[in-house]
Amino acid sequence: MTSFSEIKIRADQQWEDLNSGKVPWIRIGTAMCGLASGAREVVDAFRSEISSRGIDAIVDEVGCLGICSAEPLVDIINNGPPRVFFNNVSVEDVPRLVSGYLENNSSPGADALAYSGGDSIEGLPELGTLRSIQLQERIALRNAGHIAPGDILQYVGNGGYSGLNKALFNMDPEEVIKEITESGLRGRGGAAFPTGVKWGFLVRSPGPPKYILCNCEEGDPGAYNDKGILESDPHTLLEGLIIAGYATGATKGFVFIRHGHEGPIERTEEAIRQAYEIGLLGDQILGSKFSFDIEVSLTGDSYVAGEETALMESIEGKRSMPRSRPPFPAMSGLWGKPTNINNVKTLSYAPEIVSKGSQWFSEIGVNRSKGTAILCLSGNITYPGLYEVPMGITIRQIIDEIGGGVPNGKELKLLQTGGPLGGVLPADSMEINLDFEEMAEAGAILGSGGIIVADEDTCAVDFTRGLVAFCQYESCGKCFPCRLGMTHLLEFIERICRFEGRPDDLELMESVGKTMQAGSLCGHGQLGFNPIRSALQSFPEEFKAHLEDGLCPAGVCPSVINVPKNTRPFADDYNVKQVPIQVDIT
Amino acid sequence: MTVPSGEIHSVIQDALSTQKHPTVTVLSSLLAIQDRIGYLPDEAIEETASFMRTSVNDVWGVASFYKNFRFELPATHIVEVCWGPTCSLLGATKVIQKIQSLLGISGEGDTPDRRATLRYNTCLGACAQAPVVSIDHDLKGRVDSERVAAEIHDIFNDKV
Ligand SMILES: Cc1cc2nc3c(=O)[nH]c(=O)nc-3n(C[C@H](O)[C@H](O)[C@H](O)COP(=O)(O)O)c2cc1C
Ligand code: SF4
Repeated sequence: MTSFSEIKIRADQQWEDLNSGKVPWIRIGTAMCGLASGAREVVDAFRSEISSRGIDAIVDEVGCLGICSAEPLVDIINNGPPRVFFNNVSVEDVPRLVSGYLENNSSPGADALAYSGGDSIEGLPELGTLRSIQLQERIALRNAGHIAPGDILQYVGNGGYSGLNKALFNMDPEEVIKEITESGLRGRGGAAFPTGVKWGFLVRSPGPPKYILCNCEEGDPGAYNDKGILESDPHTLLEGLIIAGYATGATKGFVFIRHGHEGPIERTEEAIRQAYEIGLLGDQILGSKFSFDIEVSLTGDSYVAGEETALMESIEGKRSMPRSRPPFPAMSGLWGKPTNINNVKTLSYAPEIVSKGSQWFSEIGVNRSKGTAILCLSGNITYPGLYEVPMGITIRQIIDEIGGGVPNGKELKLLQTGGPLGGVLPADSMEINLDFEEMAEAGAILGSGGIIVADEDTCAVDFTRGLVAFCQYESCGKCFPCRLGMTHLLEFIERICRFEGRPDDLELMESVGKTMQAGSLCGHGQLGFNPIRSALQSFPEEFKAHLEDGLCPAGVCPSVINVPKNTRPFADDYNVKQVPIQVDIT
Repeated sequence: MTVPSGEIHSVIQDALSTQKHPTVTVLSSLLAIQDRIGYLPDEAIEETASFMRTSVNDVWGVASFYKNFRFELPATHIVEVCWGPTCSLLGATKVIQKIQSLLGISGEGDTPDRRATLRYNTCLGACAQAPVVSIDHDLKGRVDSERVAAEIHDIFNDKV
C-alpha cells in the first residue's frame, strides 16, 4: 500500500509539471453548460489539429469555471505562464488558435477573455479582476474548471484528500464533528439544518451498518450546481463523503443521481474507481482502521425522489414516495438502518473545513449563515452561470455585478429563488442579503441555490402557472392534500390566465394552500403553495388585472401552454375549455 | 436500438445480470433494460419480477411511477425539450411549437412513423445555455426555431 505522502509527492510533481507549460497544456470545459454550447466538437477539433500538426500538447477535459456564458471556454498554458482563457471558442477558431497562439506564440489578441498568472498581457484583464470572479469566494468550487475531474492526482496536487488524511490520522471522529459543528455549516439541500448536529444523530445510532447518502437528485429546474460539482470536481464530494463516514461511524455511502445525466454520473463513477485504486476507498483507508465504500445509485425521473425518505425508497428500488416520520432516518433509514442524508454542496465543504479549521469557515458569511452560497444564475441575465459567493452579499450584487444585469435594456421584473417550491420575489428585493433567515423572511428560500431572473416582458401570473404546473406534475400522489391540492391550484391559476377566474378564486387558493400545508406528508405538499403565495404577495395588482379586468399587463396571457402529457388526468383535452371545479373547503 | 423480438429475452437477461452498480434493485434493473433496448416490453416486467424474486405487480408499480419509462417500441430518434421556467423565459415555447410542427405532432409523443419522439423534460441541466434541447442525448443550447429546424432536418435525412 502506498502511503498518502507518496501519492502526494507524485501528485505535486505532476501538478508542477503541468503548470510549467513545458508541454503545452490545453484545458477545455466539458461540463453540461460547455457541451450544450458545442464543447465536444471543440475538444475533437483541438485533438485532431494538434495531432495533424504533430504538436506535443496535453488536452484535458475540465469542468465548469462558472462563467457559463463564455462557453466553450478553452484555456492554454503555452511555454509556461500566463494561462490564457479563450471564450466562446468555435470549431472554426481552433486552427487559428493552434497555428497562431500555440505554434507561433502570437498574441492571444481578440480571441481571449483573460489571463492568469505570470506576466501581464497587454489589453487583457487578469482573470481575478473580472467582476464575476472578483466577488466570488470559491470553496466547494475551488477546483472547478481548473483540474481534470478524471485525474485524481490533479485533485491531490491541489490539496485534495489532505483533509481526509488529517481527519484519519490526527483527529478523533468526535473532533471532526466538533469542527463541522463549530464551523456553522448548515445543509445546502433546502432546510439549512446544522450539519454537525445531524451527523451527531447518526453517531448515537446503533451500527454497523450505517449509511450516508449524498443527494444529487437536483430536480429543481434552474439549478445545476450539484451536478456541476460532480462534473467539475467529483473528488471533493467523495472526500467529504468519506470524512462524513469517518465522523459518524458509517460503513457505506451512496451518491444518488438522476439517470440520464451522463457527465456527472460517469465522472463520479470514474472518481470512485480511482479512489479505490489508490486505497482512498475500501478496506482500511490509507492504512488506517477505517473502512468505507461508496456506490452510485441511479433514480428515474421523479422530483420527489430528492426528498430524503423518498430517496431511500428509490435506492431500495421502489417508488420514490416519502415515508412518514418518525422514525427519523438517523434511527431507521435505508433498509431500516441508521442513515444520514446530505446534499452534494454540504458534503463538498467538509474537506476544506477539516483542512483549514472551523474558524476559517465561520469567518466567511454573516449571522447564522456561514460560508458561501453556490448559485445558478439563469434566465434574463447577461452572464448566466455557476457562482460561489460569500453569504451575506446582496441580491443586487449578484444580479447586477456578477450577472451583468438584465440584458437588452429591459427592467427586472421578478426573481425566483430556491427551486419551484421556493418563492417569487419582486424587483424591489434587490437589497436583501443572501442569508437563510433574511431570505425566509422575505418569503423566499435560498434552497438549492437556483436564481431565475425574469424581465419586464414576463407575466407574473403566467410564470407562476409554470411553477405550479411543475409542482402538480411532480406530486408523487401518496397523500391527497398535495395530489388533489396541486391539481386544484393549477386549475385555478390556469383559468385566471385564461381570464376566466372567478371572484372567490384567490380565497379558494388560499384555503387549498392552507390545507396542503397542514395535511401533506412531505415538503412538496407542505411548500407547494409557496409559488402562488409569494407571487400573490409580490404582484397582487397583476392577479387582480387578470381576474377583474380580463387583462394581462405584460401582454402574455392567454399564453400557449406546453406541459407534459400526464401533467393532469385530463391533459389530453388541454385546450378544450374545462368546466370549473367547485371546491368547498370550509 | 430496436432489438429483434427473438433476441429480446437474451438481451433482457444480459442487461439484468450485468448491471454496473453493486446494489441491484427492481428500479436499477428496469433502468438497465430500458438503457439497452429503449423501452420496457411486457417481458421486461416479467423477467425483472422473476430476477428480483418479486411480483409482477410490484415491478409494474415501479415502472409506472417513474416518468422516464416507456412501454412502446422506441422511436429512432429522441428529441427532448425543456419546459422549465428558465427555458420558457428564453423562448422555449416557440422552439417547442416549431418542433411539433416539423414532426407533425401536437404535445408529446411519437411521430406516426416512429422516426422521432418528442419528450418534455423538466430540466436538462444546462440552464445557462437556455433554451436547451437534447437530440439523441446530445445537448444543444441557445437554440431558436431556425437552429432546431436544421437539427430536425438532419434527423430526417439520417445525418445524425
Ligand atoms: C420535494 C423535495 C425535493 C427535494 N429535493 C432535493 C434535492 O434534489 N437535493 C437535495 O439535496 N435536497 C432535496 N430536498 C431536501 C432533502 O429532503 C434533504 O433535506 C436534504 O437533502 C438534506 O441535506 P442537507 O442537510 O445537506 O441540506 C428535497 C426536499 C423535498 C421536500
Ligand atoms: S406531499 Fe405530495 S409529494 Fe409529498 S408525499 Fe404527499 S403527495 Fe407525495
